[in-house]
Amino acid sequence: MSILSLFVLIPAAMLLCLFLCKGTKAIRAVMVAGASALLALSLVLVGLFVKERAVSDTAMLFTQDIVWYAPLNIHYAVGVDGISVLMLVLSAAVTFGAVFSSWSMSRHYFMWFCLLITGAFGFFISTDLFTMFMFYETALIPMYLLVGVWGTGRKEYSAMKLALMLMGASALLLIGILGIYFTSGHTTMNIVELAEQQIPLAHQRWIFPMMFIGFGTLCALFPFHTWSPDGYASAPAAVSMLHAGVLKKLGAYGCFRVAVSLMPQGAHEQAWIFLILSGAGVVYGALCAVRQTDLKYINAYSSVSHCGLILFAIMMLNGTAMRGAVLQMLSHGLTAALFFAVIGMIYGRTHTRDLREMGGLMRVMPFLSVSYIIAGLASLGLPGLSGFAAEMTIFVGSFQHPEILHRVLSVVATGSIVITAVYVLRAVGKVFYGPVQNEQHLQLTDAAWYDKIAIVVLMAGIGLIGLVPSSLYNLIENGLGPILRQPGAS
Amino acid sequence: MAFTLFILLIPLCVFLLLALSGKRLSAGVTGVIGTLGMAVVAGLSCFSAYRYFFVIGQSGGNFPALVPFSFEWLRFTDTLSIDLGILLDPISVMMLTVISTVSLTVHLYSVGYMRGEQGFQRYCAFLSLFTFSMLGLVMATNIFQMYVFWELVGLSSYLLIGFYYTKPAAVAASKKAFIVTRFADLGFLIGILLLSYCTGTFDFGELTANNGLLVIGSTTGMAFLGLSAASWALALIFIGGAGKSAMFPLHVWLPDAMEGPTPVSALIHAATMVVAGVFLVARMFPVYYFAAHDVLMLIGYVGAFTALFAAVVAVTQTDIKRVLAYSTISQIAYMMTALGVSGFSGPDGLGYTSSMFHLFTHAFFKALLFLGAGAVIRAVHSNEMSRMGGLRKHLPVTHVAFLVACLAIAGIPPLSGFFSKDQILDAAFHHDKVLFVALWLVAGLTAFYMFRLYYNIFWGKERTYEHKPREASWTMLVPLGILVVLTAVTGFFPFSKFISSDDMGYAAGINRGVAASGVAVALIGILAARMLYRKENDRPAQLAARMGGFYRAAVEKFYIDEVWMFVTKKVIINCVARPLAWFDRHVIDGVLVDGTGRLTEKIAGSIKGMQSGQVQYYALVFIAGALAVAVWAIYI
Repeated sequence: MSILSLFVLIPAAMLLCLFLCKGTKAIRAVMVAGASALLALSLVLVGLFVKERAVSDTAMLFTQDIVWYAPLNIHYAVGVDGISVLMLVLSAAVTFGAVFSSWSMSRHYFMWFCLLITGAFGFFISTDLFTMFMFYETALIPMYLLVGVWGTGRKEYSAMKLALMLMGASALLLIGILGIYFTSGHTTMNIVELAEQQIPLAHQRWIFPMMFIGFGTLCALFPFHTWSPDGYASAPAAVSMLHAGVLKKLGAYGCFRVAVSLMPQGAHEQAWIFLILSGAGVVYGALCAVRQTDLKYINAYSSVSHCGLILFAIMMLNGTAMRGAVLQMLSHGLTAALFFAVIGMIYGRTHTRDLREMGGLMRVMPFLSVSYIIAGLASLGLPGLSGFAAEMTIFVGSFQHPEILHRVLSVVATGSIVITAVYVLRAVGKVFYGPVQNEQHLQLTDAAWYDKIAIVVLMAGIGLIGLVPSSLYNLIENGLGPILRQPGAS
Repeated sequence: MAFTLFILLIPLCVFLLLALSGKRLSAGVTGVIGTLGMAVVAGLSCFSAYRYFFVIGQSGGNFPALVPFSFEWLRFTDTLSIDLGILLDPISVMMLTVISTVSLTVHLYSVGYMRGEQGFQRYCAFLSLFTFSMLGLVMATNIFQMYVFWELVGLSSYLLIGFYYTKPAAVAASKKAFIVTRFADLGFLIGILLLSYCTGTFDFGELTANNGLLVIGSTTGMAFLGLSAASWALALIFIGGAGKSAMFPLHVWLPDAMEGPTPVSALIHAATMVVAGVFLVARMFPVYYFAAHDVLMLIGYVGAFTALFAAVVAVTQTDIKRVLAYSTISQIAYMMTALGVSGFSGPDGLGYTSSMFHLFTHAFFKALLFLGAGAVIRAVHSNEMSRMGGLRKHLPVTHVAFLVACLAIAGIPPLSGFFSKDQILDAAFHHDKVLFVALWLVAGLTAFYMFRLYYNIFWGKERTYEHKPREASWTMLVPLGILVVLTAVTGFFPFSKFISSDDMGYAAGINRGVAASGVAVALIGILAARMLYRKENDRPAQLAARMGGFYRAAVEKFYIDEVWMFVTKKVIINCVARPLAWFDRHVIDGVLVDGTGRLTEKIAGSIKGMQSGQVQYYALVFIAGALAVAVWAIYI
């Protein structure tokens, strides 16, 4: 058995354990043990991967292939390259943080939680299109219940909207997958094998946009992003964390792994359309964030802007920008998770997320305030934190593009660094600085020990990427190589 | 020269230590750690200056550029990467001594000034962070490294302006400073992208080598709107410099930044960070001179206009820190103008030398002015001139220090300001008479507003103070003393021997005619201030009344803040961000997304009648269907 299957088995085992145990302590023990095991496993995997990569030059490592449904050639096929390893580490870190930020939740909540992460981890290890799709759906459905049952505010509406929009997108994906299967002229669902085939250009032309929009919707591609602000606002903190930190990366990873790498010529031809959409989304999301008064809405729109930048960089189709896209996936995943974790902790104390009803919290809860400010600085691209390395790689990469349209769009996208500073500092100034707005807030307590664990883990990741971005260079480069060598990529 | 790495590492370590230990260290210990760390850095900086200028010295006729340390931090492409390293050349070594000396005096001064304030640990940590970032900025080996540290000094400035974070004015000022400079940095970033796209390098050495040949060669034939790609790139980079160095119209953040503690104003917003823009242009000087001379001329004119504009505003302000802030804007603009009027190589590059010289001397006398003002503010608990007067009896030491600084900035020999200002005037005189007249007028105005300040604080009518103003403690007076000495002696440095546009020393003399005219206009300014403000009288009020609208406009800083407010709040927020947020909620979400939902419901509603649950109805449809099939089968 491949070590990778553990990423699916551990969450499944956690789910099973939750069926059996009842007490709060036992539930917490299961969750903490499982999340720690996943985090440790992902770090071990990095080490093993680096060691294995040195001696092997196949596209995917730790592969395993079991026939699952022979008539359609559906296999349970797993394998990882440098990029999926990083995505697994990101997912494990966010999951770890999410467990500690949902300390007081019930058993049923955690059961759906486990199902969700099973889907997310399964997605990143799959190399079979259909298995990948199945894991994708496995991650989505628990989301509906987690938002609808444990959410706040207009939760039924948000849950319904989120589920329907993403289901609609997955309908596109299913058609696209079947399209790939039947037009590649090769009866396989395996991504690695498909990537070696040429899907005829005429088919790429209609399949590519379906796949890109299908996955892009999950990554909040403008104008298919509106599920995200409502969804995040209604979801419980840890679910927002998982969604912004991990699920959106599913979308970006899918765009990259399936849409672009299987249909490079189609991507190349239609790049300008999606560059304009995602570039617009970068600025549009940032500008919308400036006017929001709910902390979660601010970060939801911020997330539209930052994820737009991931898609923007992927569609640049050059090595530097794509490396930036992977860095941005990691950076945004950690930063957004940290944001939503801290917002959840603040909301749990003040019972409001409205900027206008808070003020001077720095005096009351310095740890949480400083954490929010650090997340804010990472998101506005301060050197030394993860956002800078990611964004600058994207900007430099996309500005090196030979076509003038691409360079003009890059300049438009750079504009977001100013707007991001505006909404981040606006929120920081209102909520944490200034005089205390509400006398009752003076009684509140700062972060508890389990809150601190969640925050410190996420912050460590942000700092690590920000301070030594070159440490990830080889891992990412390794995953990008096969894609960039394909015809049609520049 | 590898020991220069410690110049960067020590402030970084002090920052990490203080930031992580927080309140676990007492204020006293924190002050000692911060000051001692900075003393070591200052010692190392002065030692490296000695080594660089006198031991390694000129080899082959010019000062070499050394890179004792460098590593690749973030690789973009095969040729482009952000390297972090240390570049030692005449201007970076000069900046090292300025930054570390002023930072040391400010650290020591802060121990006294901030006594009893909440959060002194945080304050010291931020000061160290700033010093680290600023040192990294000036020693940058490539333009992207400079951008990295450029952002970090912006952050430390933001954190320190907002040090009194419960005060809404300080919070607003810090936000404004960050956003205005970030906006300018966007220009800087795009400029870097464009420049690196053309040349394929970020490295200063490669960009400036052979008189900017690489830039000229790689941008020929690329033009947009009549300007070459090189001009665009360098103009955009200058926007970044203009933001940090508070050039008109991006100067609006600096006066508000005075909400920060006064020692911070002295260090960041007078002596070091705000001259980063001048340093940037100087660093890229050969490129500006050879590849984009039109931009260099623009810099000269922007500088001269800003100098004049800020000097006029400074005359009318009543908050002493704001007077000093406008004075800083005006003096930095002086340095910018000097770069704009500079030639290249030898005595022709006097503008370049004098710009760096003025940067050097200004750092000391302006820090002295701010620290002196801090002692005054501490004594009377107000920033307003109207609450001060007759303080020379109460604060004798501060009085002398402040007077020395005023004379220096007014350009009275033999103090340092005289020498550097005279060289700038000389360079302008030989290059552009219009700019010379503007700078000459600014010299007069500078003397006037500085002595208006001086007489209002230390002479004039004695006010009733809450308690008798007391002279500051020794920790505050020692730094004043150090700076007085530096202000007095630095003018005698043979600056042009060490720092010149082509790194070959030359001897620059004093142009007697220009010097005489400069001193004369300064004396006129001082005398005018003496007549108006030495004893309280109604002449200033009469004069203001006679000036009418112009005076009021100057008091209101020519409404530039209001214009920015209008553009950002009314135009960008209300006409762009708000409609977009509305559009997102009501059009994309309301019409498209919810609309699709409603449409589905409507269709479902209109056809749901068919699933009524009535068996008779189903039977009817079934029979009708069966009949239809039968008819179809039989006849067709």
